[in-house]
Amino acid sequence: MSASVASARSGRSWLSALARWETLLIGAIAGLIVLGALLSPFFLTPGNFANLIAALMEVAIMALPMTLIIVAGEIDLSVESMAGLASSLLGFLWAAGVPLGVAIPVVLLVGALGGLLNGLLVARGGLPSLVVTLGTLALFRGLALIVLGPRGISNFPPAFTELGFGHVPGTLIPWPFVIFLGLAAILGIVLHRTWIGRQIYAIGKNTGAARFSGVRVVRVRTGLFVLSGLVAALAGIILTSRLSSARADAGAGMTLTVVTVVLLGGVNIFGGSGTIPGVALAVIAVAVMQNALRLASVTVEVQSIALGLLLILSVVIPNFAHRAKSAIDRVRGARPPPADSVRHGETASW
Amino acid sequence: MADSGVVVGPMPARTRGQWLAVVARQRELSLLAIMLVLGGLVTLTAPQFLTVSNLSQVAVLAALIATAAVGEALVVITRNVDLSVEATMGLVAYCVASLLERHALDTPGAIAFGLGLGLVLGMINGVVVTVFRVPAIVATLGTLSVFRGVDYLIAGSHQVPLAGLPPGFTDAARDSVLGIPIFVLIAMIIVVIGSAILRWTRFGRQLYAVGSNPEAAAILGIPSRLVVFTAFTLCGLLAGVAGILYIMEFGTINGTSATGLVLAVVAAVVVGGVNIFGGSGTLAGAALGALFLGFIANALILVGLSQFWLQAIYGLVILIAVSADAIILRRIQRATAARRVR
Repeated sequence: MSASVASARSGRSWLSALARWETLLIGAIAGLIVLGALLSPFFLTPGNFANLIAALMEVAIMALPMTLIIVAGEIDLSVESMAGLASSLLGFLWAAGVPLGVAIPVVLLVGALGGLLNGLLVARGGLPSLVVTLGTLALFRGLALIVLGPRGISNFPPAFTELGFGHVPGTLIPWPFVIFLGLAAILGIVLHRTWIGRQIYAIGKNTGAARFSGVRVVRVRTGLFVLSGLVAALAGIILTSRLSSARADAGAGMTLTVVTVVLLGGVNIFGGSGTIPGVALAVIAVAVMQNALRLASVTVEVQSIALGLLLILSVVIPNFAHRAKSAIDRVRGARPPPADSVRHGETASW
Repeated sequence: MADSGVVVGPMPARTRGQWLAVVARQRELSLLAIMLVLGGLVTLTAPQFLTVSNLSQVAVLAALIATAAVGEALVVITRNVDLSVEATMGLVAYCVASLLERHALDTPGAIAFGLGLGLVLGMINGVVVTVFRVPAIVATLGTLSVFRGVDYLIAGSHQVPLAGLPPGFTDAARDSVLGIPIFVLIAMIIVVIGSAILRWTRFGRQLYAVGSNPEAAAILGIPSRLVVFTAFTLCGLLAGVAGILYIMEFGTINGTSATGLVLAVVAAVVVGGVNIFGGSGTLAGAALGALFLGFIANALILVGLSQFWLQAIYGLVILIAVSADAIILRRIQRATAARRVR
């Protein structure tokens, strides 16, 4: 967010390039790779890299629409439960003898409808997305439990499990990674190169101004939640395929990782700024970190400490950098800031 | 955020607005009315509902959630939210149970330690939100993960069995004084003290002021950050109390104890009429909300629906309560606006 301001100032361009969030992320990834290589000789093998990416793909795919939603100043906590509902429904339909060619579109439709419910309550009802999606977090998980109960369905055909488990022929690239790249390319272009993307930024920066400029705020917001539900259902299908098992508790706890990845990618939690390439870098950073921790035999449960700290730090560090920068500018007297502009910055960070 | 202020046609503004205002203000009364009607219906199909043992069982479980919900309500009134309460409850429950099992502390000492731990965890949330200026949703989602991770780290795969606790420790969950279960008494004392503080002290008024209009509160010279910090600290303390009650109620404690309870706590607060935009709501409402949820859970089981419906119904209850609040609020605003024009 401060990068464009910094690069406009002459003389310190290398410094501002260094301070760019994406640059910091690349540095962090490099550091983690070195650390991982020191921890284990297996870290730098292609097979390990394929595993490390594959394990995080559902989270990465859900992080893409979440990026758009947070840029627009909202949040969707219900994605993990929608993934669970998708897995549960797919298993139920398959066990009932419905062919996958029919079941998968039905599941995706249910995902879009769940997203529509969120979207209507938030955009049209004017309710805070935090509470609405906390409600649907419980609702979707409850529906998943009602549909499938405690059982697991695991007799899926090999052609289906190949989707989540297999690789592109001749390489070690997992199929879910291809889906992620495709979706990232589409949403990246939409966000950064089209009028829809500009409207999303406008809504996140100043909803009132966006509305007066003719942005159909309700329609854009609703659309974003529909997209989020649809993609969460897709992630649920991929998860079912990768684990070759449909369960009602699939995806439990993933929302935390999704939000962490998005904020670590430099997306401002208050809306209005953030990029898809940044989030893609954050996906790699988190994947490498989790893999390094696993090689250091830190259990998944204890890894949640690192993840929670990362989530908080990804908001704290930009906050402090922003405040430190304005303090330095003030001391240098480069541009005496008007009193009310300073207060503006402070209320925004609160 | 809300598209309010859109006036749709003429309507009998005065009477309707007043009627709705009464309903909105008397959320506690309408909750009680719904519970009475529901209770009557459930009793018709399952007569065992209306027995002393069943009702006190409902009340004891509700008292546990109500204790945490009172703390959550303090935070929500300041326009924040604490998603980490379940992790605080779990961590306190495991630490206290483990200390008792290893005879490291006697019962009062372990309870004091648990309360202190809850207080410290609440302070951590408060510092992250007010000093580091991380929005409450992100801060407490993060600490939810950190506290739970620490819980796993300490507990490993160990489980404190009921036999590991001092004899008589879990009696409080079953005993009663003058016919009122001890858990219910504890929750009532907390609600009464908390309500008195909110009503008659400066801190109470500041809490509502910060939640209803942070800018105005700042202009008035209210130390908003200190107020929010205190709310989070008290929330941690009450989550600690709930964690200790959790040991007494369930007896067997491991690293995953209390997982998923945050939804019940937030649902209780929202159903109890605490405004999610901050600035209004009562602690008695939050406690009644917890009772309402416990009541529904019990009725479901007695009517013969499976436990799996519970989570979906919690979700629906949150959505309905929030929508109803917004609709009532908008109607009142419209009605008062119309009255002013007249």
